[in-house]
Amino acid sequence: MELHNSQLLRFTTAGSVDDGKSTLIGRLLYDSKSIFEDQLSSIENTSKRKGHEGVDLALFTDGLRDEREQGITIDVAYRYFTTPKRKFIIADTPGHIQYTRNMVTGASTANAAIILIDARNGVIEQTKRHSFIASLLQIPHIIVCVNKMDLVEYSEKRFNEIVEEFEVISSKLMIKDVHFIPISALDGDNVVNRSENMPWFSGAPMLHTLETLHISSDINKVDARFPVQTVIRPQSEEHRDYRGYAGRLESGILRVGDDITVLPSGFTSKIKTIDCFENTYQEAFAPMSVSITLENDIDISRGDMIVRTNNQPTCSQEFDVMLCWLNNNSARPGAKYSIKHTSNDQKAIIKEIVYKMDINAIERNNEDKSINMNDICRVKIRTTKPLMIDEYRDNRMTGSIILVDDATNETVAAGMVI
Amino acid sequence: MNKYYLNYLDELESEAIFVLREVAAQFENPVILFSGGKDSIVVTYLAQKAFYPAKMPFALLHVDTGHNFPETIEFRDKLVNSLGVQLLVGSVQDSIDDGRVAEEKGKNASRNVLQITTLLDTVEKYKIDCAIGGGRRDEEKARAKERFFSHRDEFGQWDPKNQRPELWNLFNGKQFKGEHFRAFPISNWTEMDVWNYINREQLAIPSLYFAHEREVIWRDDAWIPLSEHIKLDANEVVSTKRIRFRTLGDITITGGIESEADTLEKIVDEVSTMRLTERGNRSDDKRSESAMEDRKREGYF
Ligand SMILES: Nc1nc2c(ncn2[C@@H]2O[C@H](COP(=O)(O)OP(=O)(O)OP(=O)(O)O)[C@@H](O)[C@H]2O)c(=O)[nH]1
Ligand SMILES: [Mg+2]
Repeated sequence: MELHNSQLLRFTTAGSVDDGKSTLIGRLLYDSKSIFEDQLSSIENTSKRKGHEGVDLALFTDGLRDEREQGITIDVAYRYFTTPKRKFIIADTPGHIQYTRNMVTGASTANAAIILIDARNGVIEQTKRHSFIASLLQIPHIIVCVNKMDLVEYSEKRFNEIVEEFEVISSKLMIKDVHFIPISALDGDNVVNRSENMPWFSGAPMLHTLETLHISSDINKVDARFPVQTVIRPQSEEHRDYRGYAGRLESGILRVGDDITVLPSGFTSKIKTIDCFENTYQEAFAPMSVSITLENDIDISRGDMIVRTNNQPTCSQEFDVMLCWLNNNSARPGAKYSIKHTSNDQKAIIKEIVYKMDINAIERNNEDKSINMNDICRVKIRTTKPLMIDEYRDNRMTGSIILVDDATNETVAAGMVI
Repeated sequence: MNKYYLNYLDELESEAIFVLREVAAQFENPVILFSGGKDSIVVTYLAQKAFYPAKMPFALLHVDTGHNFPETIEFRDKLVNSLGVQLLVGSVQDSIDDGRVAEEKGKNASRNVLQITTLLDTVEKYKIDCAIGGGRRDEEKARAKERFFSHRDEFGQWDPKNQRPELWNLFNGKQFKGEHFRAFPISNWTEMDVWNYINREQLAIPSLYFAHEREVIWRDDAWIPLSEHIKLDANEVVSTKRIRFRTLGDITITGGIESEADTLEKIVDEVSTMRLTERGNRSDDKRSESAMEDRKREGYF
């Protein structure tokens, strides 16, 4: 198989507990023949021991002992598979509200989300929470799978009702590219193969949809942003004068000869070379990891950002973010947290809670000023030094932050710059 | 196709380089766990790329079980020499001699589990705050749950039920004294990706990966190489087979497969038609359903 030119699609599952996410991924891997014989026989054995009829396909991703005991997903499992059209990285995430932090982990790097809905239950609060998170994370493509159609007699009417329910949310959340598919993860209807039980459905099965999503435009190619991770200064005779700024181009394109500005200092220069190992390039684009040298010797270190002089991000110490709180310890207003943004590491305080989202009503709550586990709030943040930010909707990489609690060193919140 | 689109192998390479540079920037004393296997070879090569033309800012750490393939050790020493990096060795034999661990008994005895103590002792001895591994999520179901930056408590333990969230490319390597991290730059690579990459970059790998004649015995559904460390049962017969290894671990537990693949291209072709996972031939994973998770919780690679 000639794979060398194929593109990578990262997708995540979402939806409430027991809606069938892990079963779906198992089914997808099984029907696309991506499962090895020893994996299959080990899962057959476990299924038998647990008294299942047939194979419990969720065991392909539910790999931890506790997950198998409880029959739920606790943390994200990553799975990989390839078709002649594309290569996929799957993040199968937990539906349980207690593990929302792990769902956000899996979803933060995804280009597409598969949101599952149990056909018997329709849209419930956890469906809304995950859809809301998917929209906040600006996952460009959403596939809504109405699952367990076998339990509602493959009813077209039931499917249409749920599509309507979801469209109410998706219009409020401004989710753009949405596909709806009626499936049975258990039996494989409309997963890899077209369902014979639902001839009324004229759309494509899920795999085909994943293979044909238009993803080339997902990366921002306009705004060149190069956060410096580290400075390369060889000690050897041969390369003594080399001073390379190492990092990954998070968006946009940089070319040799471009006029650049280093932020936050504001020094300007021109790009002299773009290197990676023994190769040198005339241009680099996101998400390439390279080392850049400049015409002038200027003071640059980790946390600085190289950008084109005529296209700069905002340098700011005070800005608004949508915050997902991911920790059991509630936020302490006015307390200092560490903030991470690109390769920058500063201190920050939450100055003000502007509003909190009522997930069920998808409305703003201006009264409640506490931030607890799983809350989503708009807040004002102030940092000790300026950060070079873009709005998250323009740039997922330079528009995102995390907060770390210095008392525990845990990552307590994910934030998207508004 | 769009000119400004990386193919998947370049994207994986770029991601791994990004992770390695984060490790260098966030930790004081990081090392690469080097086993001599293909995954640690790829990680070491990526580290070389990430900091070129400077030397990589990592020492290599080898946990030596004493049950090695001689070819692996030869390969290790040559590589260390050519890179000009420091080699740290943690010796399981020393741990046994010091009474830190006791040798397992019986036919299926191995030093696999004993490595955990040696590894954690070595991490403590050299004050290592991050050990970079070649673990991949596609290898095994517990590994499928790993973060890029994976926290280990002061006892070196992994708590899979309580991992830090890891968002976007913002890795949190903050730790208290005595704790450490494991970092996995090639988390998202599959076995196939590794072989395609080795082939594309024409990396040198130990000869054990290529088909060769060897004296072996058939045990636990795999060809186990004959060595001074292996005790034969009365009914076990030694035969000579043309085999190669898909993974390299201890010589006592690493099973080979019959193969004619003696070039990288042939290996790539062979791997793409495999119906068993690479770890299917390793008895360390066959001990129980959660063998890997249990070892990882204790501090295994
Ligand atoms: N009848 C029927 N049952 C299904 C279908 N899909 C999943 N199930 C069952 O629903 C239950 C939950 O499935 P999982 O795949 O574990 O659900 P999940 O969404 O991954 O759950 P969490 O990860 O814990 O949030 C299992 O008993 C499945 O067998 C389906 O299409 N039809
Ligand atoms: Mg699940």
